[in-house]
Amino acid sequence: MKGKVIKYAKDNIDTDVIIPGQYLKIHDYKELASHAMEGLDPDFHSKVNEGDFILSGKNFGCGSSREHAPIALSNSGIKAVLALSFARIFYRNSVDGAFLLPIEIDEKTYQNISEGDELEIDIKSNTIQNITQNKTYPMKPFSEIIRKIIESGGLFNYDLD
Amino acid sequence: MNIVEKILARASNRNVVSPDEVIFANIDKVMVHDVSGPGVLKVFDKLKKQGVNVEKLWDPSKVWVAEDHFVPSAEKISAENIVKLQNFTKTYGIEKHFKYGMGQYGICHTLSHEEALVLPGEVYVGGDSHTNTTGALGAFACGLGHTDIAYVLLNGRIWFKVPETLYFKLNGKLPDHVMAKDLILKIIGEIGTDGANYKTMQFGGSGIDEMTVESRLTLCNMTTEAGAKNGIVEPDQKTVDYLQMRGASNFNLVKGDSDAEYSKVYEFESSEMEPIISKPFSPENTVIVREAPTVDLDKSYIGSCTGAKYEDLEAAAKILKGRQVKIRTEILPAAISIYKRAMENGLIKIFLDAGATVGPPTCGACCGAHMGVLAKDEICVSTTNRNFPGRMGHVESQTYLSSPLVAAASAVTGKLTDPRDLN
Repeated sequence: MKGKVIKYAKDNIDTDVIIPGQYLKIHDYKELASHAMEGLDPDFHSKVNEGDFILSGKNFGCGSSREHAPIALSNSGIKAVLALSFARIFYRNSVDGAFLLPIEIDEKTYQNISEGDELEIDIKSNTIQNITQNKTYPMKPFSEIIRKIIESGGLFNYDLD
Repeated sequence: MNIVEKILARASNRNVVSPDEVIFANIDKVMVHDVSGPGVLKVFDKLKKQGVNVEKLWDPSKVWVAEDHFVPSAEKISAENIVKLQNFTKTYGIEKHFKYGMGQYGICHTLSHEEALVLPGEVYVGGDSHTNTTGALGAFACGLGHTDIAYVLLNGRIWFKVPETLYFKLNGKLPDHVMAKDLILKIIGEIGTDGANYKTMQFGGSGIDEMTVESRLTLCNMTTEAGAKNGIVEPDQKTVDYLQMRGASNFNLVKGDSDAEYSKVYEFESSEMEPIISKPFSPENTVIVREAPTVDLDKSYIGSCTGAKYEDLEAAAKILKGRQVKIRTEILPAAISIYKRAMENGLIKIFLDAGATVGPPTCGACCGAHMGVLAKDEICVSTTNRNFPGRMGHVESQTYLSSPLVAAASAVTGKLTDPRDLN
Protein backbone atom coordinates (compact mmCIF):
# COMPACT_ATOMS: atom_id res chain seq x y z
CA MET A 1 0.00 0.00 0.00
CA LYS A 2 1.60 3.23 -1.17
CA GLY A 3 0.39 6.79 -0.73
CA LYS A 4 1.06 10.34 0.42
CA VAL A 5 0.52 11.69 3.92
CA ILE A 6 -1.96 14.33 5.01
CA LYS A 7 -0.87 15.28 8.52
CA TYR A 8 -3.11 16.70 11.25
CA ALA A 9 -0.70 17.26 14.11
CA LYS A 10 -3.23 17.19 16.93
CA ASP A 11 -4.90 14.80 19.37
CA ASN A 12 -8.58 13.89 19.78
CA ILE A 13 -9.81 14.41 16.22
CA ASP A 14 -13.44 13.55 16.81
CA THR A 15 -16.11 12.19 14.49
CA ASP A 16 -18.05 15.48 14.73
CA VAL A 17 -15.29 17.18 12.71
CA ILE A 18 -14.63 14.17 10.45
CA ILE A 19 -18.30 14.29 9.38
CA PRO A 20 -20.52 16.89 11.12
CA GLY A 21 -23.85 15.80 12.68
CA GLN A 22 -26.03 17.56 10.13
CA TYR A 23 -24.88 14.99 7.52
CA LEU A 24 -25.87 11.91 9.53
CA LYS A 25 -29.11 11.78 7.54
CA ILE A 26 -27.07 11.10 4.38
CA HIS A 27 -26.31 7.50 3.47
CA ASP A 28 -24.94 7.99 -0.02
CA TYR A 29 -21.23 7.19 0.36
CA LYS A 30 -20.04 9.63 -2.33
CA GLU A 31 -22.05 12.48 -0.90
CA LEU A 32 -20.72 11.74 2.59
CA ALA A 33 -17.19 11.80 1.18
CA SER A 34 -17.80 15.29 -0.21
CA HIS A 35 -18.21 16.53 3.41
CA ALA A 36 -15.26 14.62 4.92
CA MET A 37 -13.14 16.61 7.41
CA GLU A 38 -15.40 19.62 6.87
CA GLY A 39 -15.29 20.55 10.56
CA LEU A 40 -11.49 20.73 10.62
CA ASP A 41 -10.02 21.27 7.18
CA PRO A 42 -12.08 22.88 4.39
CA ASP A 43 -9.14 22.23 1.98
CA PHE A 44 -9.15 18.48 2.57
CA HIS A 45 -10.68 17.75 -0.84
CA SER A 46 -8.13 19.78 -2.75
CA LYS A 47 -5.35 17.84 -0.97
CA VAL A 48 -6.57 14.25 -0.99
CA ASN A 49 -5.79 11.70 -3.68
CA GLU A 50 -6.84 8.07 -4.00
CA GLY A 51 -4.60 5.92 -1.79
CA ASP A 52 -3.53 8.67 0.62
CA PHE A 53 -3.02 8.29 4.35
CA ILE A 54 -4.00 10.53 7.26
CA LEU A 55 -1.48 10.95 10.08
CA SER A 56 -2.65 12.21 13.46
CA GLY A 57 -2.09 12.14 17.23
CA LYS A 58 -3.84 10.21 19.96
CA ASN A 59 -7.49 9.16 20.31
CA PHE A 60 -8.33 9.59 16.61
CA GLY A 61 -12.06 9.22 15.89
CA CYS A 62 -13.36 9.83 19.40
CA GLY A 63 -16.99 10.73 20.05
CA SER A 64 -19.98 9.47 18.12
CA SER A 65 -20.28 5.90 16.84
CA ARG A 66 -21.21 7.13 13.36
CA GLU A 67 -19.88 4.74 10.74
CA HIS A 68 -20.23 7.75 8.43
CA ALA A 69 -16.73 8.76 9.63
CA PRO A 70 -14.64 5.89 8.20
CA ILE A 71 -17.06 5.75 5.24
CA ALA A 72 -16.48 9.45 4.40
CA LEU A 73 -12.68 9.09 4.69
CA SER A 74 -12.53 5.84 2.76
CA ASN A 75 -14.71 7.16 -0.06
CA SER A 76 -12.48 10.24 -0.26
CA GLY A 77 -9.60 7.92 -1.12
CA ILE A 78 -8.00 7.46 2.32
CA LYS A 79 -6.67 3.90 2.67
CA ALA A 80 -5.25 4.09 6.18
CA VAL A 81 -5.13 6.36 9.19
CA LEU A 82 -1.86 6.34 11.13
CA ALA A 83 -2.28 7.60 14.69
CA LEU A 84 -0.79 7.35 18.17
CA SER A 85 -4.07 5.74 19.30
CA PHE A 86 -7.69 5.32 18.20
CA ALA A 87 -11.08 5.62 19.86
CA ARG A 88 -12.65 2.19 20.06
CA ILE A 89 -15.76 2.52 17.87
CA PHE A 90 -13.92 4.27 15.02
CA TYR A 91 -11.29 1.51 15.13
CA ARG A 92 -13.91 -1.25 15.08
CA ASN A 93 -15.98 0.36 12.34
CA SER A 94 -12.92 0.84 10.13
CA VAL A 95 -11.95 -2.82 10.41
CA ASP A 96 -15.31 -4.61 10.57
CA GLY A 97 -16.67 -2.61 7.61
CA ALA A 98 -13.31 -2.94 5.75
CA PHE A 99 -13.25 0.81 5.07
CA LEU A 100 -9.65 1.62 5.96
CA LEU A 101 -6.75 0.41 8.08
CA PRO A 102 -6.29 1.99 11.53
CA ILE A 103 -2.55 1.79 12.16
CA GLU A 104 -1.01 2.58 15.52
CA ILE A 105 2.42 4.15 15.46
CA ASP A 106 4.82 5.40 18.12
CA GLU A 107 5.58 9.00 19.06
CA LYS A 108 8.94 9.06 17.22
CA THR A 109 7.37 7.90 13.96
CA TYR A 110 4.54 10.42 14.39
CA GLN A 111 7.02 13.27 14.85
CA ASN A 112 9.25 12.11 12.02
CA ILE A 113 6.70 11.81 9.21
CA SER A 114 5.86 15.08 7.45
CA GLU A 115 2.94 16.28 5.38
CA GLY A 116 3.33 15.10 1.79
CA ASP A 117 5.79 12.26 2.56
CA GLU A 118 5.26 9.17 0.44
CA LEU A 119 4.89 5.99 2.50
CA GLU A 120 4.66 2.33 1.77
CA ILE A 121 2.85 0.31 4.43
CA ASP A 122 3.39 -3.42 4.73
CA ILE A 123 1.05 -5.04 7.25
CA LYS A 124 2.72 -8.44 6.80
CA SER A 125 6.08 -7.23 8.10
CA ASN A 126 4.51 -4.49 10.27
CA THR A 127 6.70 -1.83 8.74
CA ILE A 128 6.19 1.60 7.26
CA GLN A 129 8.70 2.75 4.71
CA ASN A 130 9.11 6.49 4.21
CA ILE A 131 10.12 6.68 0.55
CA THR A 132 10.60 10.46 0.66
CA GLN A 133 12.96 10.37 3.65
CA ASN A 134 14.39 6.89 3.00
CA LYS A 135 13.55 5.65 6.50
CA THR A 136 11.71 2.66 7.93
CA TYR A 137 9.44 2.71 10.99
CA PRO A 138 7.67 -0.01 12.95
CA MET A 139 3.88 -0.18 13.25
CA LYS A 140 2.06 -1.84 16.14
CA PRO A 141 1.01 -5.32 14.95
CA PHE A 142 -2.75 -5.91 14.79
CA SER A 143 -4.20 -8.22 17.43
CA GLU A 144 -5.09 -11.67 16.15
CA ILE A 145 -8.83 -11.09 15.70
CA ILE A 146 -8.27 -7.75 13.96
CA ARG A 147 -5.66 -9.26 11.64
CA LYS A 148 -8.01 -12.09 10.72
CA ILE A 149 -10.92 -9.74 10.01
CA ILE A 150 -8.67 -7.51 7.88
CA GLU A 151 -7.33 -10.50 5.93
CA SER A 152 -10.90 -11.73 5.37
CA GLY A 153 -12.01 -8.36 4.00
CA GLY A 154 -14.33 -7.37 6.83
CA LEU A 155 -16.45 -8.97 9.54
CA PHE A 156 -19.01 -10.48 7.18
CA ASN A 157 -16.31 -12.41 5.32
CA TYR A 158 -14.64 -13.60 8.48
CA ASP A 159 -15.31 -17.28 9.07
CA LEU A 160 -16.08 -17.75 12.73
CA ASP A 161 -15.55 -21.48 12.84
CA MET B 1 -15.08 -12.25 38.18
CA ASN B 2 -16.53 -8.74 38.21
CA ILE B 3 -20.04 -8.03 36.92
CA VAL B 4 -18.97 -7.40 33.30
CA GLU B 5 -16.88 -10.58 33.17
CA LYS B 6 -19.79 -12.56 34.60
CA ILE B 7 -22.24 -11.17 32.04
CA LEU B 8 -19.85 -11.77 29.13
CA ALA B 9 -18.98 -15.28 30.35
CA ARG B 10 -22.67 -16.22 30.45
CA ALA B 11 -23.24 -14.66 27.00
CA SER B 12 -20.34 -16.56 25.44
CA ASN B 13 -21.15 -19.90 27.13
CA ARG B 14 -17.94 -19.94 29.15
CA ASN B 15 -17.34 -20.51 32.81
CA VAL B 16 -14.71 -17.82 33.09
CA VAL B 17 -13.50 -14.93 30.96
CA SER B 18 -10.69 -12.48 31.64
CA PRO B 19 -9.63 -9.10 30.24
CA ASP B 20 -8.22 -9.06 26.68
CA GLU B 21 -9.77 -12.42 25.81
CA VAL B 22 -11.70 -12.31 22.51
CA ILE B 23 -15.18 -13.77 22.74
CA PHE B 24 -18.27 -14.01 20.57
CA ALA B 25 -21.16 -12.93 22.79
CA ASN B 26 -24.79 -13.85 22.23
CA ILE B 27 -26.83 -10.67 22.23
CA ASP B 28 -29.99 -10.17 24.29
CA LYS B 29 -31.22 -6.82 22.91
CA VAL B 30 -30.45 -4.62 19.92
CA MET B 31 -31.47 -1.03 19.17
CA VAL B 32 -31.37 0.97 15.94
CA HIS B 33 -32.58 4.52 15.33
CA ASP B 34 -33.25 6.75 12.34
CA VAL B 35 -29.52 7.26 11.68
CA SER B 36 -28.16 3.78 12.32
CA GLY B 37 -31.25 2.02 10.84
CA PRO B 38 -30.83 3.40 7.30
CA GLY B 39 -27.08 2.80 7.74
CA VAL B 40 -27.75 -0.86 8.49
CA LEU B 41 -30.03 -1.10 5.44
CA LYS B 42 -27.18 0.21 3.30
CA VAL B 43 -25.00 -2.63 4.66
CA PHE B 44 -27.82 -5.10 3.89
CA ASP B 45 -27.90 -3.79 0.28
CA LYS B 46 -24.15 -4.39 -0.06
CA LEU B 47 -24.52 -7.90 1.39
CA LYS B 48 -27.39 -8.74 -0.96
CA LYS B 49 -25.16 -7.90 -3.92
CA GLN B 50 -22.57 -10.30 -2.51
CA GLY B 51 -25.19 -13.05 -2.34
CA VAL B 52 -25.70 -12.99 1.45
CA ASN B 53 -29.21 -13.83 2.59
CA VAL B 54 -30.63 -10.84 4.44
CA GLU B 55 -34.29 -11.79 4.29
CA LYS B 56 -34.67 -12.70 7.95
CA LEU B 57 -33.35 -11.31 11.20
CA TRP B 58 -32.06 -13.70 13.82
CA ASP B 59 -34.79 -12.67 16.29
CA PRO B 60 -37.04 -9.64 15.62
CA SER B 61 -38.48 -9.86 19.17
CA LYS B 62 -35.10 -8.81 20.56
CA VAL B 63 -34.87 -5.72 18.37
CA TRP B 64 -36.36 -2.31 19.07
CA VAL B 65 -36.38 0.85 17.01
CA ALA B 66 -36.47 4.55 17.91
CA GLU B 67 -37.16 7.65 15.82
CA ASP B 68 -35.13 10.31 17.57
CA HIS B 69 -32.27 12.03 15.75
CA PHE B 70 -34.07 13.82 12.94
CA VAL B 71 -37.66 14.05 14.22
CA PRO B 72 -39.68 16.09 13.53
CA SER B 73 -38.26 15.95 10.00
CA ALA B 74 -36.76 19.27 8.97
CA GLU B 75 -36.18 18.30 5.35
CA LYS B 76 -37.10 15.64 2.80
CA ILE B 77 -34.14 13.34 3.30
CA SER B 78 -34.90 12.95 7.02
CA ALA B 79 -38.56 12.26 6.28
CA GLU B 80 -37.47 9.60 3.80
CA ASN B 81 -35.20 8.00 6.41
CA ILE B 82 -38.19 7.67 8.75
CA VAL B 83 -40.18 5.99 5.96
CA LYS B 84 -37.23 3.62 5.36
CA LEU B 85 -37.15 2.80 9.06
CA GLN B 86 -40.89 2.09 9.10
CA ASN B 87 -40.58 -0.18 6.05
CA PHE B 88 -37.68 -1.92 7.74
CA THR B 89 -39.68 -2.81 10.85
CA LYS B 90 -42.66 -3.89 8.75
CA THR B 91 -40.55 -6.08 6.45
CA TYR B 92 -38.71 -7.81 9.27
CA GLY B 93 -41.60 -8.06 11.73
CA ILE B 94 -40.14 -5.85 14.47
CA GLU B 95 -42.95 -4.90 16.82
CA LYS B 96 -41.22 -2.53 19.20
CA HIS B 97 -40.99 0.61 17.07
CA PHE B 98 -41.43 3.91 18.92
CA LYS B 99 -42.82 6.33 16.37
CA TYR B 100 -42.74 10.10 16.51
CA GLY B 101 -46.29 11.39 16.92
CA MET B 102 -47.75 8.07 18.06
CA GLY B 103 -47.84 7.86 21.84
CA GLN B 104 -44.66 7.03 23.69
CA TYR B 105 -41.53 7.90 21.75
CA GLY B 106 -38.29 9.67 22.61
CA ILE B 107 -34.53 9.44 22.58
CA CYS B 108 -33.45 5.81 22.20
CA HIS B 109 -31.36 5.71 25.39
CA THR B 110 -34.18 7.27 27.40
CA LEU B 111 -36.67 4.71 26.10
CA SER B 112 -34.29 1.91 27.06
CA HIS B 113 -34.91 2.70 30.74
CA GLU B 114 -38.32 4.44 30.66
CA GLU B 115 -39.81 1.39 28.94
CA ALA B 116 -37.61 -1.16 30.77
CA LEU B 117 -36.45 -2.52 27.41
CA VAL B 118 -33.12 -3.69 28.81
CA LEU B 119 -32.77 -5.72 32.00
CA PRO B 120 -29.97 -6.41 34.50
CA GLY B 121 -27.45 -9.00 33.36
CA GLU B 122 -28.27 -8.64 29.65
CA VAL B 123 -25.90 -7.93 26.78
CA TYR B 124 -27.37 -4.96 24.92
CA VAL B 125 -25.90 -3.33 21.83
CA GLY B 126 -27.17 -0.23 20.06
CA GLY B 127 -26.28 1.66 16.92
CA ASP B 128 -25.32 4.74 18.91
CA SER B 129 -22.33 5.62 21.06
CA HIS B 130 -24.40 6.58 24.12
CA THR B 131 -25.80 3.06 24.38
CA ASN B 132 -23.51 2.97 27.45
CA THR B 133 -26.31 4.81 29.31
CA THR B 134 -28.30 1.68 30.04
CA GLY B 135 -25.44 0.00 31.90
CA ALA B 136 -26.83 1.89 34.90
CA LEU B 137 -29.44 -0.88 35.15
CA GLY B 138 -26.73 -3.53 35.57
CA ALA B 139 -26.54 -4.62 31.94
CA PHE B 140 -23.53 -4.77 29.61
CA ALA B 141 -24.54 -1.95 27.23
CA CYS B 142 -22.25 -0.98 24.40
CA GLY B 143 -22.45 1.15 21.23
CA LEU B 144 -21.56 -0.25 17.79
CA GLY B 145 -21.47 0.96 14.18
CA HIS B 146 -23.74 -0.02 11.26
CA THR B 147 -21.73 -3.01 10.05
CA ASP B 148 -21.57 -4.53 13.52
CA ILE B 149 -25.27 -3.93 14.16
CA ALA B 150 -26.11 -5.49 10.78
CA TYR B 151 -24.00 -8.50 11.79
CA VAL B 152 -25.85 -8.77 15.12
CA LEU B 153 -29.26 -8.48 13.45
CA LEU B 154 -28.45 -11.39 11.14
CA ASN B 155 -26.40 -13.59 13.47
CA GLY B 156 -27.41 -12.72 17.04
CA ARG B 157 -23.83 -12.43 18.22
CA ILE B 158 -20.74 -10.24 17.87
CA TRP B 159 -17.09 -10.28 18.88
CA PHE B 160 -15.79 -8.40 21.90
CA LYS B 161 -12.50 -8.14 23.60
CA VAL B 162 -13.31 -8.59 27.31
CA PRO B 163 -12.56 -5.14 28.75
CA GLU B 164 -10.42 -4.22 31.72
CA THR B 165 -12.52 -2.57 34.41
CA LEU B 166 -11.82 0.76 36.05
CA TYR B 167 -13.68 0.95 39.34
CA PHE B 168 -14.87 4.35 40.56
CA LYS B 169 -15.63 4.33 44.27
CA LEU B 170 -17.86 7.28 45.08
CA ASN B 171 -17.99 8.31 48.72
CA GLY B 172 -21.05 9.99 50.16
CA LYS B 173 -24.23 11.66 49.01
CA LEU B 174 -23.99 14.53 46.53
CA PRO B 175 -24.81 17.96 48.01
CA ASP B 176 -28.17 19.47 46.92
CA HIS B 177 -26.63 21.90 44.42
CA VAL B 178 -24.57 19.17 42.74
CA MET B 179 -25.82 16.54 40.28
CA ALA B 180 -24.44 13.33 38.79
CA LYS B 181 -23.51 15.38 35.72
CA ASP B 182 -21.08 17.47 37.77
CA LEU B 183 -19.53 14.32 39.16
CA ILE B 184 -19.01 12.64 35.79
CA LEU B 185 -17.58 15.84 34.29
CA LYS B 186 -15.15 15.94 37.20
CA ILE B 187 -14.14 12.32 36.52
CA ILE B 188 -13.68 12.94 32.76
CA GLY B 189 -11.66 16.05 33.59
CA GLU B 190 -9.31 13.88 35.63
CA ILE B 191 -8.94 10.83 33.39
CA GLY B 192 -9.36 12.55 30.00
CA THR B 193 -11.44 11.76 26.91
CA ASP B 194 -9.39 8.62 26.28
CA GLY B 195 -8.91 7.75 29.95
CA ALA B 196 -11.15 4.69 29.69
CA ASN B 197 -10.62 3.83 26.01
CA TYR B 198 -11.60 0.16 25.39
CA LYS B 199 -12.38 -0.23 29.11
CA THR B 200 -15.34 -0.56 31.44
CA MET B 201 -16.13 2.21 33.91
CA GLN B 202 -17.89 0.68 36.90
CA PHE B 203 -19.37 2.90 39.61
CA GLY B 204 -19.91 1.85 43.20
CA GLY B 205 -19.60 2.94 46.82
CA SER B 206 -21.91 4.82 49.15
CA GLY B 207 -22.27 7.61 46.56
CA ILE B 208 -23.98 5.10 44.25
CA ASP B 209 -26.09 3.60 47.06
CA GLU B 210 -27.45 7.09 47.76
CA MET B 211 -28.00 7.92 44.12
CA THR B 212 -31.24 7.58 42.13
CA VAL B 213 -31.33 5.31 39.09
CA GLU B 214 -31.71 8.39 36.86
CA SER B 215 -28.48 9.87 38.27
CA ARG B 216 -26.69 6.58 37.66
CA LEU B 217 -27.95 6.76 34.07
CA THR B 218 -26.28 10.17 33.72
CA LEU B 219 -22.96 8.73 34.93
CA CYS B 220 -23.06 5.76 32.56
CA ASN B 221 -24.22 7.92 29.63
CA MET B 222 -21.10 10.07 29.88
CA THR B 223 -18.65 7.15 30.13
CA THR B 224 -18.70 7.34 26.33
CA GLU B 225 -16.95 10.71 26.62
CA ALA B 226 -14.03 9.05 28.42
CA GLY B 227 -13.82 6.53 25.57
CA ALA B 228 -15.26 3.66 27.62
CA LYS B 229 -16.60 0.51 25.99
CA ASN B 230 -19.35 0.54 28.61
CA GLY B 231 -20.38 1.99 31.95
CA ILE B 232 -22.02 -0.13 34.61
CA VAL B 233 -23.55 -0.04 38.09
CA GLU B 234 -24.36 -3.23 40.00
CA PRO B 235 -28.13 -3.58 40.38
CA ASP B 236 -29.69 -3.08 43.82
CA GLN B 237 -33.15 -2.58 45.33
CA LYS B 238 -33.42 0.82 43.61
CA THR B 239 -32.86 -0.85 40.24
CA VAL B 240 -35.49 -3.46 41.03
CA ASP B 241 -38.06 -0.84 42.14
CA TYR B 242 -37.33 1.30 39.08
CA LEU B 243 -37.85 -1.59 36.68
CA GLN B 244 -40.89 -2.98 38.46
CA MET B 245 -42.59 0.41 38.30
CA ARG B 246 -42.11 0.17 34.55
CA GLY B 247 -43.65 -3.27 34.22
CA ALA B 248 -40.55 -5.51 34.22
CA SER B 249 -40.58 -8.40 36.65
CA ASN B 250 -38.61 -11.35 35.36
CA PHE B 251 -34.89 -10.69 35.64
CA ASN B 252 -31.73 -11.85 37.40
CA LEU B 253 -29.53 -9.54 39.39
CA VAL B 254 -25.97 -10.31 38.32
CA LYS B 255 -23.29 -8.91 40.62
CA GLY B 256 -19.54 -9.25 40.79
CA ASP B 257 -17.87 -11.75 43.13
CA SER B 258 -16.43 -10.49 46.40
CA ASP B 259 -12.93 -11.19 45.06
CA ALA B 260 -13.61 -9.49 41.70
CA GLU B 261 -10.59 -7.85 40.10
CA TYR B 262 -10.31 -4.33 38.71
CA SER B 263 -7.40 -2.96 36.73
CA LYS B 264 -7.53 0.30 38.66
CA VAL B 265 -9.59 1.79 41.49
CA TYR B 266 -10.31 5.51 41.72
CA GLU B 267 -11.90 7.23 44.70
CA PHE B 268 -13.98 10.39 44.56
CA GLU B 269 -15.50 12.24 47.51
CA SER B 270 -18.92 12.83 46.00
CA SER B 271 -20.13 14.60 49.15
CA GLU B 272 -17.54 17.34 48.60
CA MET B 273 -18.26 18.01 44.92
CA GLU B 274 -18.94 21.44 43.47
CA PRO B 275 -20.85 22.41 40.32
CA ILE B 276 -18.57 21.92 37.31
CA ILE B 277 -18.70 22.74 33.60
CA SER B 278 -16.70 21.63 30.58
CA LYS B 279 -15.45 24.52 28.48
CA PRO B 280 -15.25 24.35 24.68
CA PHE B 281 -14.08 22.20 22.92
CA SER B 282 -13.79 19.02 24.95
CA PRO B 283 -15.68 17.32 27.79
CA GLU B 284 -12.33 16.95 29.61
CA ASN B 285 -11.84 20.73 29.66
CA THR B 286 -13.43 21.13 33.09
CA VAL B 287 -13.53 24.00 35.57
CA ILE B 288 -15.52 24.75 38.74
CA VAL B 289 -18.46 26.99 37.78
CA ARG B 290 -17.40 29.67 40.27
CA GLU B 291 -14.06 29.85 38.46
CA ALA B 292 -15.57 29.79 34.97
CA PRO B 293 -14.76 32.54 32.47
CA THR B 294 -17.21 35.43 32.24
CA VAL B 295 -18.98 35.02 28.94
CA ASP B 296 -22.24 36.40 27.60
CA LEU B 297 -24.37 33.36 26.84
CA ASP B 298 -26.80 33.28 23.92
CA LYS B 299 -28.68 30.16 24.87
CA SER B 300 -29.40 27.55 27.50
CA TYR B 301 -30.30 24.06 26.26
CA ILE B 302 -31.88 21.51 28.58
CA GLY B 303 -32.30 18.36 26.52
CA SER B 304 -30.79 15.05 25.34
CA CYS B 305 -30.42 11.54 26.77
CA THR B 306 -27.89 12.97 29.23
CA GLY B 307 -29.81 15.92 30.63
CA ALA B 308 -33.59 15.76 30.09
CA LYS B 309 -34.79 12.88 32.24
CA TYR B 310 -37.52 13.62 34.77
CA GLU B 311 -35.17 14.53 37.62
CA ASP B 312 -33.20 16.78 35.27
CA LEU B 313 -36.40 18.71 34.48
CA GLU B 314 -37.28 18.79 38.16
CA ALA B 315 -33.89 20.34 38.93
CA ALA B 316 -34.35 22.97 36.22
CA ALA B 317 -37.86 23.75 37.50
CA LYS B 318 -36.56 24.24 41.04
CA ILE B 319 -34.38 27.07 39.69
CA LEU B 320 -36.79 28.53 37.14
CA LYS B 321 -39.84 28.65 39.42
CA GLY B 322 -40.82 32.30 39.83
CA ARG B 323 -37.83 33.54 37.84
CA GLN B 324 -37.40 34.81 34.28
CA VAL B 325 -34.87 33.66 31.70
CA LYS B 326 -32.53 36.27 30.28
CA ILE B 327 -31.39 34.25 27.25
CA ARG B 328 -33.00 31.90 24.73
CA THR B 329 -33.87 28.79 26.73
CA GLU B 330 -35.00 25.55 25.13
CA ILE B 331 -36.22 22.62 27.18
CA LEU B 332 -36.86 19.30 25.44
CA PRO B 333 -37.98 16.39 27.65
CA ALA B 334 -36.22 13.22 26.48
CA ALA B 335 -39.38 11.11 26.07
CA ILE B 336 -43.14 11.60 25.93
CA SER B 337 -43.58 9.76 29.26
CA ILE B 338 -41.29 12.34 30.89
CA TYR B 339 -43.04 15.20 29.10
CA LYS B 340 -46.41 14.00 30.43
CA ARG B 341 -45.18 13.65 33.98
CA ALA B 342 -43.62 17.11 33.78
CA MET B 343 -46.95 18.49 32.58
CA GLU B 344 -49.01 16.71 35.23
CA ASN B 345 -46.70 17.97 37.99
CA GLY B 346 -46.69 21.58 36.80
CA LEU B 347 -43.10 21.69 35.50
CA ILE B 348 -44.06 22.68 31.97
CA LYS B 349 -46.05 25.65 33.29
CA ILE B 350 -43.04 26.74 35.37
CA PHE B 351 -40.86 26.62 32.25
CA LEU B 352 -43.33 28.56 30.11
CA ASP B 353 -43.96 31.12 32.86
CA ALA B 354 -40.20 31.65 33.09
CA GLY B 355 -40.16 32.45 29.37
CA ALA B 356 -38.51 29.24 28.16
CA THR B 357 -39.67 27.28 25.12
CA VAL B 358 -40.59 23.62 25.53
CA GLY B 359 -40.00 21.36 22.53
CA PRO B 360 -40.74 17.75 21.62
CA PRO B 361 -38.34 14.90 22.48
CA THR B 362 -35.54 14.73 19.91
CA CYS B 363 -31.76 14.44 19.68
CA GLY B 364 -32.13 17.61 17.61
CA ALA B 365 -29.66 20.30 18.48
CA CYS B 366 -27.50 18.13 20.77
CA CYS B 367 -25.80 16.71 17.69
CA GLY B 368 -26.17 19.89 15.60
CA ALA B 369 -28.81 18.24 13.46
CA HIS B 370 -31.80 20.62 13.66
CA MET B 371 -34.30 22.14 16.13
CA GLY B 372 -32.16 24.97 17.47
CA VAL B 373 -28.61 24.71 16.12
CA LEU B 374 -26.12 27.46 16.97
CA ALA B 375 -24.98 30.28 14.69
CA LYS B 376 -21.34 31.36 14.24
CA ASP B 377 -19.92 32.78 17.50
CA GLU B 378 -23.01 31.87 19.53
CA ILE B 379 -22.33 30.53 23.02
CA CYS B 380 -24.53 27.93 24.68
CA VAL B 381 -24.69 26.28 28.09
CA SER B 382 -26.07 22.80 27.64
CA THR B 383 -27.02 19.68 29.59
CA THR B 384 -25.85 17.51 26.66
CA ASN B 385 -22.78 15.28 26.45
CA ARG B 386 -20.30 16.70 23.91
CA ASN B 387 -18.85 20.06 22.96
CA PHE B 388 -16.44 19.32 20.13
CA PRO B 389 -16.10 22.02 17.42
CA GLY B 390 -19.39 22.29 15.52
CA ARG B 391 -21.14 19.73 17.71
CA MET B 392 -24.25 21.88 18.23
CA GLY B 393 -24.13 23.90 15.03
CA HIS B 394 -21.60 26.26 13.43
CA VAL B 395 -17.99 25.14 13.79
CA GLU B 396 -17.24 28.52 15.43
CA SER B 397 -20.05 28.26 17.97
CA GLN B 398 -19.22 27.25 21.56
CA THR B 399 -20.84 24.89 24.02
CA TYR B 400 -20.31 24.69 27.79
CA LEU B 401 -21.49 21.35 29.22
CA SER B 402 -23.26 21.52 32.56
CA SER B 403 -25.82 20.00 34.90
CA PRO B 404 -29.49 21.01 34.52
CA LEU B 405 -29.17 23.11 37.71
CA VAL B 406 -26.30 25.11 36.24
CA ALA B 407 -27.97 25.41 32.82
CA ALA B 408 -31.13 26.76 34.46
CA ALA B 409 -29.26 29.15 36.78
CA SER B 410 -27.25 30.40 33.79
CA ALA B 411 -30.47 30.90 31.81
CA VAL B 412 -31.63 33.28 34.55
CA THR B 413 -28.44 35.37 34.64
CA GLY B 414 -27.17 35.02 31.08
CA LYS B 415 -23.73 34.09 32.51
CA LEU B 416 -22.30 30.77 33.68
CA THR B 417 -23.76 30.56 37.16
CA ASP B 418 -23.42 28.32 40.20
CA PRO B 419 -26.97 27.65 41.42
CA ARG B 420 -25.94 28.71 44.95
CA ASP B 421 -25.20 32.22 43.68
CA LEU B 422 -28.72 33.03 42.46
CA ASN B 423 -30.62 35.66 44.42
